[in-house]
Amino acid sequence: MSNLLEINDLSVSFDTPEGEVQAVRDVSLSLPEGKVLALVGESGCGKSVLCRSVMKLLPRTAKIKSGSIMADGVDITNYGERDMRKLRGRMFAMVFQDPMTTLNPVMPVGDQIAEAVRVHNRRISRTDAHRRAVEMMELVGIERAEERSRLYPYNFSGGMRQRSVMAIALASNPRILFADEPTTALDVTIQAQILDLFREIQATLHTATLFVTHDLGVVARVADLVAVMYAGRIVELGTVEDIFYDPRHPYTWGLLQALPAWSRGRDMLNAIPGMPPSLIHPPRGDAFACRNPYALGIDYLEQPPMFRISETHSAATWLLDPAAPKVQSPIHGGPHAEQ
Amino acid sequence: MLNSDYVRVEHLSHRFHLTRKIAIDALKDVSFAIDRGEILGLVGESGSGKSTVARCVMGILKPTGGRVIYDGIDVNAAKLSRDENVRLQKERQIIFQDSGSALNPRMSVRRILSEPLDIHGLSRDREAREKLLIQNLDFVGLDPGVLESRPGELSGGQRQRVSIARALLMKPKLIVADEPIASLDVSIQAQIVNLFKHLQAEHGFTFLFIAHDLAMVEFLCDRVGVMSKGRLVELAPTRQLYDSPQHPYTKALLAAMPIPDPRRERSREIPVYHAPEYVTRQEWTRVGFDHYVLMER
Repeated sequence: MSNLLEINDLSVSFDTPEGEVQAVRDVSLSLPEGKVLALVGESGCGKSVLCRSVMKLLPRTAKIKSGSIMADGVDITNYGERDMRKLRGRMFAMVFQDPMTTLNPVMPVGDQIAEAVRVHNRRISRTDAHRRAVEMMELVGIERAEERSRLYPYNFSGGMRQRSVMAIALASNPRILFADEPTTALDVTIQAQILDLFREIQATLHTATLFVTHDLGVVARVADLVAVMYAGRIVELGTVEDIFYDPRHPYTWGLLQALPAWSRGRDMLNAIPGMPPSLIHPPRGDAFACRNPYALGIDYLEQPPMFRISETHSAATWLLDPAAPKVQSPIHGGPHAEQ
Repeated sequence: MLNSDYVRVEHLSHRFHLTRKIAIDALKDVSFAIDRGEILGLVGESGSGKSTVARCVMGILKPTGGRVIYDGIDVNAAKLSRDENVRLQKERQIIFQDSGSALNPRMSVRRILSEPLDIHGLSRDREAREKLLIQNLDFVGLDPGVLESRPGELSGGQRQRVSIARALLMKPKLIVADEPIASLDVSIQAQIVNLFKHLQAEHGFTFLFIAHDLAMVEFLCDRVGVMSKGRLVELAPTRQLYDSPQHPYTKALLAAMPIPDPRRERSREIPVYHAPEYVTRQEWTRVGFDHYVLMER
C-alpha cells in the first residue's frame, strides 16, 4: 500500500501584527491509499491550517517555514497557484463544514455538479456532463437523481445538501479528499448516514480522506487512522483501535473522558481544565503541561519526542520515557465499563 | 403535563410568513410547563422549532397562537403594568448559541456587563459595581483581567462565559439557553455544562436548556422534551426517556447517539426516521409517570 500524501516536519506560520503565530509545528503524517485519517483536537490547534496548507488555500500572511509535502510521490511544497490549480480537483478535493454556504443558492444542484465535471474535463459535452452529474448524485445516495438535479439547494434538506457537496468534490475523481468538519452542521440522525457514505466511497473509489473533526464519536464511526493534534503538533498517532483502546497521551485521555458517555451516573463531567495556549509564543516544553494532571518536571522544560509504542502507534509524552514513573491510564475497558 | 404554574406554555403556535404565498408553521400546538428550580431540556433536529419556543418564552417573538404564562403574567399580553414589565425583563434571561454575535464586538466586557445594570439602575456606586462584576466573573470562572478585553480577543469558551455572566448579573429566576454549547469544542462543552450544573445548584434558577446533543442533555436535565417538525412529540423525566423512549422519532434520535467505541459503533445499524407527510389526528397520551407521548389515534 502506497502513501498518497506524505507530510514531513511541516511548519506553517502566520504573520500578524502581534507576532508570528506558529499554527503548525513539525508535523509529519502519511496518508495511505484507501484510508480515512481523522485529525482531532480543539479549535485553534492547527487542524484546518494543516489541511489548507496542503491545498494551498491559506491567506498570504501564511508561510510554510520548513518541511515538505509529497502528493502521490511528487514534492508540491513550493508549488505556486498555477501548478496547484492543476492539482486541485484532479488530486485534491475538499468538503467544507456548511453545505449552505458552499453551494450556489441560485443555480440548480445538477448544474453545479456538471460545472465541476466540465472544469476538469473541457472536452466533455454538456449532455455528457449532465449525465455524469446525475451519476454522481446517485453515487452519493440521492434518490430520484434525474428529477432532483433540476432543483435548487433550498429545496434540499441539510443531509442532501451535504451529499451534493460531496458529489461536486468527487466529480473530478480526486485521489485525496479533505473533509473539514463535514457533519458539524447536521443533525445526529443524518450525521451517521453521511459518515457511512464517506466509508462507502472510500471502499468503491479508493480515495484517501483527511477528516478534520473535534468529535470523537464521529472518529469512532469513520476513521481508520487517527492523529491527535494539540497546539500545532501531533501528540498521538495510531489506528482507531490504538487511540480508543490503548491511548497513551494525557491529552487523548482528557478528550476521551470529556465525552458525556464517560460520566454516566456521575455528578460532573470530566472537563479538561483551562484552554489551549496562544500560538504566538508557544510555551516552552510540552504545550499541554499546564493542563495536564500527569505533567512531570521535564514537561515544562523540554518538548517530548515521538515515542514509538508499536508499528502503527506513537505518542509524544514524557510518560513513555523509560525513566518516567508508571502511570495507569484512566481509560480502560471502554466508557460503559464503570457503570 | 400542565401541573405547574411557574412557566406554562399553552397551545403555542407560530407561523413565519416567508413571502406573501409561502408560510411555514414553525410551531404547532406546543404545550408544556416548567417547575420552579427544574432543568428542562428541549431537543430535536434543526428546524424543529426549538429556538422558536425559546424566543416565544422570552417574548422576542409574538406567537400567532397560544400563550406563554410566566409566574402568572401573560408574556405577550397587550397591556402589562410597569411592575410586571420590569419583572419580566429582570427575571428572565437568555443565553444565545453564538456568543460571537450575541456580544457587541465594539464594547469592552466591562461595558457589556454594565449595560443591563445601567438599564435597571442597579448598583450605581462605583465600588459596589466593580465588586459585583468581579464576583459574577468569578461565578463563571473568568479572571477580572478580561473586563477590559473586547469579545474578539476572547476564545469561544470565554465569550460564552461572559454571556452567562451577563445573564446571571440580573439574578434571574428563569434562564433560557438556546444551544449554548453547540459552537464549542467537546472539552470546553464539558466545562460549560459543569458550570451550568454548578450554578443551578448554587443559585437555584429554573432552566430551559435547548440542545441537539442528547448526551449532554442526559447529563444535565431533569426532564426532556423532544421536538420534531414543530411539534412536541414526547416529554418525560430524563432517565425514563432514555430508558424507554416511545415515539419513533425519539427512538431514532437516541439510536443515532454516537458511541465512543469504534468496534461497537461500526457494528450497529442506525435507523432512519421519516416523519409522516400527512399527519392524521394525534393526541397526547400519558404512558407512564410524568411521561407523555404524541400518538396517532
